[in-house]
Order: sequence, then structure tokens, then C-alpha cells
Amino acid sequence: MSGLETTLRAVRDRRAKSFVPYVTGGFPGVDGELLRMLAAAGADAIEVGIPHSDPIMDGGVIQEASRVALQRGTRIGDVLASIVDAAVEIPVTVMTYANIAHHRGYEAFCDDLARSGVDGAIVPDLPVDEAERFAALAAARGIDVVLLAAPGTTAQRYRAIAAASHGFVYCVATYGVTGARDQLSVTARDVVTAVRPYTDLPLLVGVGIATPEQAGEASAFADGVIVGSALMAPLVAGDPKGALRLAEAFRGEIL
Amino acid sequence: MSVATRPDEHGRFGAYGGRYAPEVLIPALDELYAAWLELRDDPGFRGELADLLRDFVGRPTPITHATHLSAELGYDLWLKREDLAHTGAHKINNALGQVLLAKRLGKRRIIAETGAGQHGVATATAWKEAVNEALRDWAASVGTTHYVIGSVVGPHPFPMLVRDLQRVIGDEARTQYRDRVGKDPEYVVACVGGGSNAIGMFTAFVGSPEVRLFGVEAGGVGSELGRHCSSLTLGQPGILHGALSYLLQDADGQVVETHSISAGLDYPGVGPEHAYLKDEGLATYVSATDGDALDGFRLLARTEGIIPALEPAHVIGWLRHRPLPDGARVLVNLSGRGDKDLDTVRAALTGEQP
Repeated sequence: MSGLETTLRAVRDRRAKSFVPYVTGGFPGVDGELLRMLAAAGADAIEVGIPHSDPIMDGGVIQEASRVALQRGTRIGDVLASIVDAAVEIPVTVMTYANIAHHRGYEAFCDDLARSGVDGAIVPDLPVDEAERFAALAAARGIDVVLLAAPGTTAQRYRAIAAASHGFVYCVATYGVTGARDQLSVTARDVVTAVRPYTDLPLLVGVGIATPEQAGEASAFADGVIVGSALMAPLVAGDPKGALRLAEAFRGEIL
Repeated sequence: MSVATRPDEHGRFGAYGGRYAPEVLIPALDELYAAWLELRDDPGFRGELADLLRDFVGRPTPITHATHLSAELGYDLWLKREDLAHTGAHKINNALGQVLLAKRLGKRRIIAETGAGQHGVATATAWKEAVNEALRDWAASVGTTHYVIGSVVGPHPFPMLVRDLQRVIGDEARTQYRDRVGKDPEYVVACVGGGSNAIGMFTAFVGSPEVRLFGVEAGGVGSELGRHCSSLTLGQPGILHGALSYLLQDADGQVVETHSISAGLDYPGVGPEHAYLKDEGLATYVSATDGDALDGFRLLARTEGIIPALEPAHVIGWLRHRPLPDGARVLVNLSGRGDKDLDTVRAALTGEQP
């Protein structure tokens, strides 16, 4: 069992809920120090985005963060170096797009992740049907490829995703892309309920979780919550302290 | 792998294609694939589409013997006149078919990307960004919306669906050419951006050993990354907009800025079936520069009184270098008319900004 899965299961075993903040690697201020501060704020794991030119699963905030990160010349290696530098004890997973891994070569990319101490990879444009080879190469290096389960699919597909995912299952809370919503979508609970019968893996909800209150609602039925755009918004607005305060507020509600 | 069995059920054209799409879109892609397998040979659907193509679009579009241009270049040239289709380009064949399909699916809202630039104002990344934004919209609205993707790109089944809707070009043209000339052309040439007009023309001829297929990409203003959009001739395999194909990308796999005088070719990727045709040697891909396109634009206007869109003007510009044997029988897909490009051409020829 990988570090990511072990950690998230341990949280569940003590009847707590996991808080997983996301930050876009390479964005100004997103460095080893920030990752350490997120860990200190009570994160159970951290998701670090490797920015991509074409983030089709991301809304405005993370699009802008990715654009800025790439414009200042961020390379894949810079993001991995920030993870090495952070040297946090909690698991770190990267989030990126398929072409980043494909262009490097799945095997070499997994080697890079392993060398950087990365525990997991989330690649939203590698659905279960396309993920098999990448997931196997990653697993051989102790890296979990986390699959996404989204609203509106069939039981058969939820079963396949649950069976093939590693570390946890990323339950997409709502239709659409990342970014804040006015309220927690009712589909969030539907997805968790649909996946639950097929796996004992922790089920984390993400996409569109805008406020600590919404995160609190989601943690009532899920094993944890991923918070991305809501934390990146103050960073993009030049307020890293605000982002950390918000992280603490999220932590406080995810129980 | 014949056209009939291409792509396989996973959407693969050889190694290319596939479905690198967010999970939230997969049910809609499954639904679309199932519906298309049923409808593409359904007499009711085919009949409804055929009526619209005849009565609304004006199909079949003619083929024209370009006698003056033939004399000038030393070829025997025929043009498939997609510029005469209603709205002035081949794109309508796909748009109508997909909207009919959306009606059958009960989708009441249609989205489409419009980056191909009808007014010469498109910026370098407009088309690619418009597809990104359309995919994001679709992810949020997938239950009620159909995304009419405009070219043979995107996740499976779009490359297949758009090809099947555009193959009317080549099916008509082959019959028309045989009626007029008595045999097949030796060369069939089309411009390639995303590749829908070329696939539409090529599909009727692929695998015929006596017919050679050429796709002309936009060579822009130079072969350095960022100065062209020659994905097949200068790119490497990569994943964009849900499919694996040739792609213009940097060392990290970031998709790069591209350039072409023609907005409709200005795309860093290309349809996955073209990647397959290239690797299998079933079609040959070359490029023509912005300057070639302007030369081709003027040449066709002067010799035949036809103003081509800047996209197929690349084909005329390429032919102007006489790359084929003397006297060759050549069929060109004239994919669109050039009214939309007059400002761009005027600016380029006078050195002013459009």
C-alpha cells in the first residue's frame, strides 16, 4: 500500500476526514515553504499542479495561475524541485494533463515523480480506459494514479473506475470544471454514493468546493475534501497569507 | 485497417486518436458514438441529411476544369468547388449533420468553436483556445448540450463522425471526375489545418494505389517553432483536445503558439486519422508558406476568376512550385471562398495592418 493510501486510510480509521489542498506549481509564491505551511495548517496530503498550456478541466482561477506559471518559464523540473525542497512528511500528489506525461514518456515521467518523492498522480484527461499503462508503470514505482469519478455515468463505469483507481477515488462534485460554486452541488453526494459499493478506497470530493462550509457539508458523506480554486484565488490576487488563513478555515470545517 | 474499420471501437486510428477527455464527458461521448453507429446508415437520417445538403447547401458542388491555371502550371487541374457550398466552405456539411444528430439525441442546446476566423481578426491561438473553452462549457452542460466540433479533431467519436459527414466531398468528386475525365486523378491535394476538408476529400481515394494523396499544411513564416502550424511535417506525437496525434509542443509537452496567415489552418494539432495516414504512407504531407498562399490566392483569381480562401490558397501556392510531374492529372479540394480573407490579403499585399 502506498504512502498516499496509507495516510488517507489512517485518517478514516480515526474517524476523521482528509483535507487535501491543491496549489498550482510554479505560480509565484508556490514553493517548498508554502507546501510546508499547508502541511502545518493541517493538510493530510497536498496536490501540486504541474501547469499545462491547455488545462481543459480547469476554470478561470487555475487557468490564470497556470498561464502565469508558464509565462515565467516554469518547467516540470522546477515544480518537482519545489516538492523535493518542501520535504513535507505528508504525501504529495501531482495533478497534470496527459500530454505532460506522454511527451516525457510515461516511464521516464514516473521515474521523475518517484525520484522527487511524489506519492500520487491525478491526470484528469486520462480516464480509466486510457490510464492502464500509465497506472501500471506508476504503481511499479510506488506511485498511485488516482482516477476521477464524475456525475452522470453508469454503475458499470463507476465499478471500473473504483477497481482501477489507486490511493483514493477523486469524486468530482459537479458537472463542469474546477472553480468556485455558490453551493455544494447535490451531485457530490450522488457520486460518492454511487462509487462506495465498489471499493474500500477513501473517497475524496473535489471540484467546485468554494467555502469551508461547503467543505464541511461534503465531509459529512465523503472521506475527505480537495480544495483548489478557492485557495488559489487569494494567491492569484497576491494574498498568500489570506490563502493560508483560508486553508486553516477549511481544515477547521473538514471533520 | 480499411476506412470502414477505422477507427477501432476505442477510437484508435493505429496508435492515434483515443479519448483523452475528462471523465464527465465520457457518457456523452459514449452516447454520441452509439447514436452515430446506428444513424450513419439509417435511411431516414441519411435521407433527411441528403435533402438538406441538396436543397439548402446546394450539393453536389461542381468540379471545375481549371484550364488557364492548368496551362500555366503544366498540369491537368480540376477543382472541387466547396467554395460554392452555402456559407462558402465545406464546414456546413459537418455542421448540418451534427445538428441533425443533436436533434435525434434530444439535445436542445448547441455549442461550437468559432476560432477559424471569418473576419480576419482571429489571433494566433484563437482556434485552440476556443476548443478548450467549448470543452469546458460542454463539461458543465453535457446533459442538455451537443458540442458541434468543427474539424476531425477531439476525442472519439468526433474524428470519425466529422470524417463520415465530410466524406461526401470526395465521394462526389471521384464520381464527377470519372464522369468527366473517364478515370481517376493521379493526385488529390487538399489543405490541412485540423484536417476536415482533406479527410473529406481523401476518404473516397485512400488505398487506391493509382491515386496519390497530398495534404498541404501551413508553413507560416519559417520552420522554427511558433512561426508555422505544420503539425504533421514538423511536430511530434502528443495529446491535445482529447486525441493523440501530431502536435506542435515544446520540450515539456506544452503546446506552443502557432502562426499562419490563414486562421482556419492555425492550429497546433491535427486530426488523428491524418497522423495514421502519414505514418502508414497512405498520404504525404507537405507545407506551403504564407507567401505561397498569397501567391496562390492571386494566381487562382487571375487565371480562373475564382477567389479562394487563404486555406486552399496554400494548395495552389504549393502547386505553383511544380512539385508534381509535368502533365499530371490533379484534383484539388477548393475548400472555401476568399471573401472573408480580402482584408487580410489586402493588408499583406500593401504592408498595412488589416
